[in-house]
Amino acid sequence: MNVPADLKYGRTHEWARTEGDVVVVGITHYAQDQLGEVVYVELPEVGIGANAAEELGTLESVKAVSEFNSPVGGEVVEVNDRLEDEPNLVNEDPYGEGWLVKISGTTEGEDLLEAADYIAMIEAEST
Amino acid sequence: MTMPKHTALYDEHIAAGGRMVEFAGYELPVHYTSLVDEHTSVRTRAGLFDVSHMGEVFITGPGALDFVQLVSCNDHSKMTVGRAQYTGLMYPQGTFVDDMLVHKLADDEYLLVVNAANRAKDAAYLGELAAGRAGVEVRDESDSWSQLAVQGPLAAEILQPSVRSDLSELNHFTFVFTEVCGRRALIARTGYTGEDGFEVYTSNEAAPEVWRAILAEGRPKGLLPAGLGARDTLRFEAGMSLYGHEIDDTTTPLEAGLGWIVKFKKGDYIGRDILESQKETGLDRRLVGFEMIDRGIARHGYPVYLGEGDLEPVGHVTSGTHSPTLGRALGLAYLPIEASEDGTEFLVEIRNRRAAARVVPMPFYRREKK
Repeated sequence: MNVPADLKYGRTHEWARTEGDVVVVGITHYAQDQLGEVVYVELPEVGIGANAAEELGTLESVKAVSEFNSPVGGEVVEVNDRLEDEPNLVNEDPYGEGWLVKISGTTEGEDLLEAADYIAMIEAEST
Repeated sequence: MTMPKHTALYDEHIAAGGRMVEFAGYELPVHYTSLVDEHTSVRTRAGLFDVSHMGEVFITGPGALDFVQLVSCNDHSKMTVGRAQYTGLMYPQGTFVDDMLVHKLADDEYLLVVNAANRAKDAAYLGELAAGRAGVEVRDESDSWSQLAVQGPLAAEILQPSVRSDLSELNHFTFVFTEVCGRRALIARTGYTGEDGFEVYTSNEAAPEVWRAILAEGRPKGLLPAGLGARDTLRFEAGMSLYGHEIDDTTTPLEAGLGWIVKFKKGDYIGRDILESQKETGLDRRLVGFEMIDRGIARHGYPVYLGEGDLEPVGHVTSGTHSPTLGRALGLAYLPIEASEDGTEFLVEIRNRRAAARVVPMPFYRREKK
C-alpha cells in the first residue's frame, strides 16, 4: 500500500499536502483501492468554506457512493476540474493528478495522522 | 448476530484474492481484482461466478405440476423434461414472493431455483401451501448444492472439456443431468448476465475441483473469476430484475415489465384475479429504463419527480450505476404510466439536487445472437 511519508492523513482516508499557503487534498491509495474504479466525482464549489473532518464531496465507483471529508478547515480555492472527464485519475494517481481540492487559510482542526500512524490504522482496519 | 456462512468455494475466493462481503447471510466476493475488468471479461470472453448462495427447492409427488401451477404466474403445463422457465412466485395480491427458475426434472419433480435472500421465506411459504394438499412435497436442499455460473461468449468452449455431454446440443433454457470433472451435475444453459452461459449445479464436495478446472481451462482464454459487483452490473445492463430492487412484495410482474411471464390461459393460481384486473384496467405505474441527462449517478431508492418545484416524488429509482459496457450513467425506475413513454424527461433527486433524466428503451444491452 502506497503511503507517502511526507503527507498528513485524515482518519477517513484523505491526504493533505502543504504547498506554500494552500493545502492540497486527495484520497489515499488505500481509499481508492477500497472504492474500486471511480466513475464520477462531485466536487465542492470554489469559494465555499470547508470544515475539518466534515463532508466536502462525493466519489462514486460503479458499485458504491462514498463521501470524502476535508482534512483541514479553510476555504476551497481550487478544484480539480479534470476529474469531470477523467475520474479514473483518482485511481491511477491518487497523490498526483488525482488530487481533489485545494484549501487556503487553513485552520488546524483535526489532528491529522503521520504516515506511520495512518499505516497502522489501515492495517488494523483490514484485519 | 449470526456469522455469515461460507460456500464450498470460500477457500477458492480467498486464493483468487476475492474481496469478501456479506450478502444474504453468506460471505462472498464483491470483486477479485476489478469490477469493471470482471464485467468486461463476461461481455467479451467469459467469467466464472460462485452462486452457491442461490436456493434449490424441490417440489415432488404426483401433485407437483398442479402445485407449481398454483404458486407461479407462468404456465408450466407445456414444459417437457429438461426445460427451464422463468417465473414469479406469487402472493394473493399478485405481487412477488420471489422470482425463480422452474426446472422440470420429471413429470413428478420440479426444481425451483430461488434467491438466497428469500430462500427461507420461500420454503416456508411453499411448505405451508403444500401442507394442506395431497401428493406434493416441498424440500429445501439449498445447503446440499453448490452452483457455479460460467457466462460469456466463450462459456461453452471453456466449460466443454470438463463436461461429459455435448454442450452444443443444449439449447437456451434447457438443462441436462451429466458429469462435470467426473462428478454428477445438472447443467443448465441459463444465466443472469445477458450473455450465453451455463449454470452448473453440483455437490459441495465436487465444487472446488470444478471451480479449479474451469479456471485452469478459462484463464488462458481470458476468463476471470467474477464477483457480486459484476453480477449486478451485468444483469442491470441486460434489464433483468433483482428482488428487493425492481421487484418485491409491492410490485406485480405487469408493472415490472414482466408481462411475458403472466399467463391467463392456465386455470386459477395465486394472485391471478389481481393480475387479471390490473391487465384489464391498465397500470398506474411501470418500470422504465432511463439515462441521465445531467451529470450524476442515480442509485437505488433515490426519489424521482416530474417537475423542479414538485414536493411529492412520483416514483423511485430501483437500480442505477455507471454502465461499464455503455460508459453512461443509466438507471431503472418506477414512473407513473403517463410519464413512462420513451423520451419522457423527469428528475432524479441526487443528494438534494434534482438532475434531469430521460426514459430510454429497454434493455440497455442486448448481445448479438449468432
